[in-house]
Amino acid sequence: MRILYFAWLRAKTGTASEEVSPPPEVTTVGALMEWLAAGRPGFAEALAAPGVVRAAVNRDYAQPADPVREGDEVAFFPPVTGG
Amino acid sequence: MIKIQQEMFDIGAELAALSAGRTDIGAIASFVGLVRAHGDEPITAMTLEHYPGMTEKKLGEIEAEARARWPLQATLIVHRYGRMLPGEPIVLVATASAHRAAALESCAFLIDWLKTQAPFWKLEETAAASRWVEARGADDEAAARWRR
Repeated sequence: MRILYFAWLRAKTGTASEEVSPPPEVTTVGALMEWLAAGRPGFAEALAAPGVVRAAVNRDYAQPADPVREGDEVAFFPPVTGG
Repeated sequence: MIKIQQEMFDIGAELAALSAGRTDIGAIASFVGLVRAHGDEPITAMTLEHYPGMTEKKLGEIEAEARARWPLQATLIVHRYGRMLPGEPIVLVATASAHRAAALESCAFLIDWLKTQAPFWKLEETAAASRWVEARGADDEAAARWRR
């Protein structure tokens, strides 16, 4: 599973992208965020506020309850500010 | 048509290209967003980051939505990314139709939805520091008025 971090999440985690293999019980975006944050302070800080951090799975916006599967591309970012 | 690019664009040339060689277009509406130096601490530069792959997808979806809702002959979104200076254009949205109502409304729709849907993030530089721009509630409200 490929994880991408944008804007200040990239700055806080020090990571633009990473390949991960979460355990089988991690089946949702929310569970994935908790698993990514565990034991890594920069990641915990970046992913701490699920209300503020947005997510996309395979380039579609996703909610914490949405599923994630092996091979997915998951991205985390702040609310968008384009235009 | 969607163009996502670092390079500066020529507003006049882009608009002229919309109707070049065509006689079925009666109205072209457009919006240009520019980098503005503002506030107590004027910004000296702005950098736009985007999500390659998702940006094209979302802008394509927004454009398809506009074409489904209004009778349009052409649509154009040009959105820059990378570092740019105050006064430079960031985004051009243009729509072409037989009559003005569809062109004007769809143009407003496109920029309102783009503001809440397109995966770009702005980093403002001032003399003192750089800071990530926060999304505005007003943008969500503007997009909500188009919800059906």
